[in-house]
Amino acid sequence: MTGSKTLERVNVNTGKRPKFAIVRFPGSNCDQDAFHVVQDALHCPVEYVWHQDKSLKGFDVVIVPGGFSYGDYLRCGAVARFSNIMDAVINHANSGRYVFGVCNGFQILCEAHLLPGALVRNRDCKFLCQYVHLRVENAGTPYSSAYSDGQVIRVPIAHGEGCYIAEPETLRQLEAHNRVVFRYADARGNVTPESNPNGSLNNIAGIANKAYNVVGMMPHPERACDKMLGSKDGLGLFSSLVQTIILKKM
Amino acid sequence: MPQVKVIVTLKPSLLDAQGRVVKDALQNMGYSDVEQVRIGKYMELQVEGEGAELDAKVKEMCERLLVNPVIENYRYEVIG
Repeated sequence: MTGSKTLERVNVNTGKRPKFAIVRFPGSNCDQDAFHVVQDALHCPVEYVWHQDKSLKGFDVVIVPGGFSYGDYLRCGAVARFSNIMDAVINHANSGRYVFGVCNGFQILCEAHLLPGALVRNRDCKFLCQYVHLRVENAGTPYSSAYSDGQVIRVPIAHGEGCYIAEPETLRQLEAHNRVVFRYADARGNVTPESNPNGSLNNIAGIANKAYNVVGMMPHPERACDKMLGSKDGLGLFSSLVQTIILKKM
Repeated sequence: MPQVKVIVTLKPSLLDAQGRVVKDALQNMGYSDVEQVRIGKYMELQVEGEGAELDAKVKEMCERLLVNPVIENYRYEVIG
């Protein structure tokens, strides 16, 4: 890991803590990890929201967690995208509030057109479960302000369909507006074909929407929030969000 | 009730990782003439309706759920 900036700049006593919703679909399996991070590392109020619910009233942040919603039938995320709760998730995003998708959550947000592009079978057709290095490409988003530009973080991936693709024009827009938030890189931050685990275009690991209030990524920052579990580098993403929201509310 | 057969294929511009693995396997088995394999999806739907109305319904279902236009093309035929 490079960069010495602390990842925990959020003062727990400052302002009103943002309230998180974790959406659960049949087949979600990273919901508890996300819940644990929000409750025990961020000290923020958090509730599970079932996919058949219709309201996200009162929540500041919605996390769409990883897993295999609806068994990945048809395409990853394709069926979940039409769950009852998704209308509320789309409204939440369109009203400028925060929606964060991890892994299958990223796939769902792409299927819901909250983020552009699509995630297809990994280049080598293998399910990958390993740590990767990510280079923070834009530390100016609400999801990355605790990091610095170019900082390298170490977080796990666990996916079979994580190869990010998009039309050339979409890709150009993403790059032109710094909407690529994280890129697969080596430990020194070099973005190379060898450090690209799944064949994603431009080594893209995570992207933001135009307004930067919606972010999706294949790697799992929620599994990297505790040194005891191998890495704490993912915590900065969540503490960035909390800090952004607290500052907004002050 | 009419049967609708929908065929979904990966866009030609995209690398079909699955297809490549299957092609390699076929070549390893001695089928050296196989130059390319592309894997798609085939779906059979029983749908009420007919004519232009049925066409419109099938297209809508394809574009909303059955197909992701970012990565896939589709075609369909109506039987009966």
